Amino acid sequence: MIITTAILLLVLFVITLTVAAYSTYGERKVAAFLQDRIGPNRAGPFGILQPLADGAKMFMKEDFIPAAANKRLFILGPAIAMTTALLTGVVIPWGGELTLFGETFKLQGTDPEIGILYVFAIVSIGVYGIMLGGWASNNKYALLGAVRAASQMVSYELGLGLSIVALVMLTGTLSMGGIVDYQIEHGWNVIRQPLGFIIFLVCAFAETNRAPFDMPECETELVGGYHTEFSSMKLGFFLFAEYTNMFISSAVIATLYFGGYHVPGLDRLGLDPNIATLIGTASMFAKTFFFIFFFMWVRWSTPRFRFDQLMNLGWKGLIPLGIVNMLITGTVYYLSEMWKG
Amino acid sequence: MLALFYILAALSVVSALIVVSARNPINSVIALVVCFLSIAGHYILLNAQFLAMVHVIVYTGAIMVLFLFVIMLLNLNTATEPMKSLGMRVAAVTGGGLLFITLAAAIRHGVTISATNDFDPGVGLVKTVGHVLFTEFLLPFEVSSVLFLSAIVGVVMLAKKETPSPHPLSDGEGLTPAELERRR
Repeated sequence: MIITTAILLLVLFVITLTVAAYSTYGERKVAAFLQDRIGPNRAGPFGILQPLADGAKMFMKEDFIPAAANKRLFILGPAIAMTTALLTGVVIPWGGELTLFGETFKLQGTDPEIGILYVFAIVSIGVYGIMLGGWASNNKYALLGAVRAASQMVSYELGLGLSIVALVMLTGTLSMGGIVDYQIEHGWNVIRQPLGFIIFLVCAFAETNRAPFDMPECETELVGGYHTEFSSMKLGFFLFAEYTNMFISSAVIATLYFGGYHVPGLDRLGLDPNIATLIGTASMFAKTFFFIFFFMWVRWSTPRFRFDQLMNLGWKGLIPLGIVNMLITGTVYYLSEMWKG
Repeated sequence: MLALFYILAALSVVSALIVVSARNPINSVIALVVCFLSIAGHYILLNAQFLAMVHVIVYTGAIMVLFLFVIMLLNLNTATEPMKSLGMRVAAVTGGGLLFITLAAAIRHGVTISATNDFDPGVGLVKTVGHVLFTEFLLPFEVSSVLFLSAIVGVVMLAKKETPSPHPLSDGEGLTPAELERRR
């Protein structure tokens, strides 16, 4: 049991890192496509070796720590960012049950009763990476970037939480596996929670510091933002953490609102359970990749917000909307229960 | 399981000591974060997963971030920290030591703590917590939520006190009246 879980986690770790690495390539290709350019095409066919070249470059570069920086925190910052980014994948159900060598196991690291709250807890710790890294650099642009990141992430966590409350009211469970099971039975949550989905999506953009909410690293105002002073693989860790976060939040969106590994009508085909599970996992990844593409699509086609606009949207737009969504969900749920008698 | 408890307990005690002894306020904050995380670990050992996660989200993820925020913006250093005089320090050590001796003596002859109820592994689960909150402890739960609401209203009141500037980017903030006059 422990061995299968360990193997699963190792595979998940490798997949997460690979997807994060290839997201950098994907981002540049999507950007090129949207701007009518070719994009990276030198390293390997179609430039698919580009992430390896980038990684090698990152490792080769001089690892510079500014003289006035707080050395320990300067190292701790990217470490926290990377660690927290990798921790959340554990509770996401990547597929149904797989039977190998007479043993059945679920394609999910673990399914605690409080799965969603775990994701939230890790995301809320993730702020420290950016804050400590930015502060420790002893640079005014880095500090401003860190302060922006922290206030932005704390503010949008509220909207995110409220959209999840409505979802949990509907599904009646906090476990990620339980939410997927509910969707297999009752249809995808995006149909019943369209408003909640939009709130969640917008907040996910803000939580991952992606455009149009990438104020913490807004180069026109803050040079490089919180990672201005970072170089070599420390910078690489910050960038990598951003792409990992994007991958994980896409997976969470797919799980919570788009049925996770559920493919409608697949169970009627009478396929071998193992093959059905693999198709389900493939669909989970397809959904996740679509949302990664969506993140990139938005980044290269939408201008950046101003910081006060961002705060206004969060506090005066999304939070009240989240409360309204919660009220609507509660009312409809109550009425439908009355209807049933 | 027991080894895990001792590791976590040692971690919480050591980090709590660092919180009060660290010279640099940033190190204190980080030690407090570690302390909170290890306490969340204790909750998980008691199978109170919900409490553990809410603890991490509220204390580590929200309150400590605001602490860090304030300390970063004030940029507190050991140099700016006022040192107490020698007499003050001697008095503090003597007082604290006496209190420690009194407490130790009192605890040594005090009652032994024993569990009155059997440990119920389901006590910390979401369903149990929610059910108890909305039946047995409904009144305190609602009263505390009203308290939070009044706190929120109070904060908005305090924040709204100053006359709002027409636009956040159209400055005027942080300037003396004379400077403002000169600008016009």
